[in-house]
Amino acid sequence: MPQQYDYIEMKFPSSAEYVGLIRLTLSGVLSRAGASYDQIEDSKIAVSEAVTNAVKHAYGDDETGEVLIGFAIYSNKVEIIVADHGQSFNYEEVKEELGPYSEDDNVNYLREGGLGLFLIETLMDEVYLKKDPGVTISMTKFINESQVHLNGETIVNR
Amino acid sequence: MNINIDTTEKEQEFVVVLEGELDVYTAPELQKVLEPIRQSGSHDIRIDLTDVSYMDSTGLGIFVGTLKDLNQHDREMYVTGVSKRILRLFEITGLRDLMHINEASEVE
Repeated sequence: MPQQYDYIEMKFPSSAEYVGLIRLTLSGVLSRAGASYDQIEDSKIAVSEAVTNAVKHAYGDDETGEVLIGFAIYSNKVEIIVADHGQSFNYEEVKEELGPYSEDDNVNYLREGGLGLFLIETLMDEVYLKKDPGVTISMTKFINESQVHLNGETIVNR
Repeated sequence: MNINIDTTEKEQEFVVVLEGELDVYTAPELQKVLEPIRQSGSHDIRIDLTDVSYMDSTGLGIFVGTLKDLNQHDREMYVTGVSKRILRLFEITGLRDLMHINEASEVE
């Protein structure tokens, strides 16, 4: 039997000024789902990174578009979907730059970009990426099951 | 959702105190403030993050770029007031060992 979930979907203008509002929304959704402070903060960074990618790469400077955010709220996890619906950025290229810095890296060759996807993969429990049309990133945070009732009501358990 | 940037120019050091959220929206403001010092290498740069409630890779990117530029001029960059949450970002990206984080500067 498939797991039950509630689904919330929102569209935001593909513009940097809305990334903060998306974080606020995410924070509310995760808090209601019973996520811990650290789980919420990690997810805020990961989702911001995905939206930042969408805002920076999906549309040209004079184009405007939309970023779609979906939240699937399960009893034990929240899956967040970010879709840019625009032209895809070169994921393979970006992925090659993934990874932490090391002390052996010559300072002159340090990457200034490319950390976003690394952070998404590090901070979230499951990450999937789909291209065409546009780029869709799915990020899942598992939430301590003992904190959440089956119907999604939060049980304070401290 | 905004950022306040306070700057103080000392003899050796350019001090930047940030308050608010550092992300893709607010980062260009910080870039603008840092750019002249990065280019000229006239000062060390100290960035105070005590009142920064949120930061992501956009902020890390600025610090990496600033560090690169300052190193060219034999200048130092200090990042202070880094909270546990934000320190974690420096740690998982490996940047903690490359920068002066939460260290006192040499010249006050």
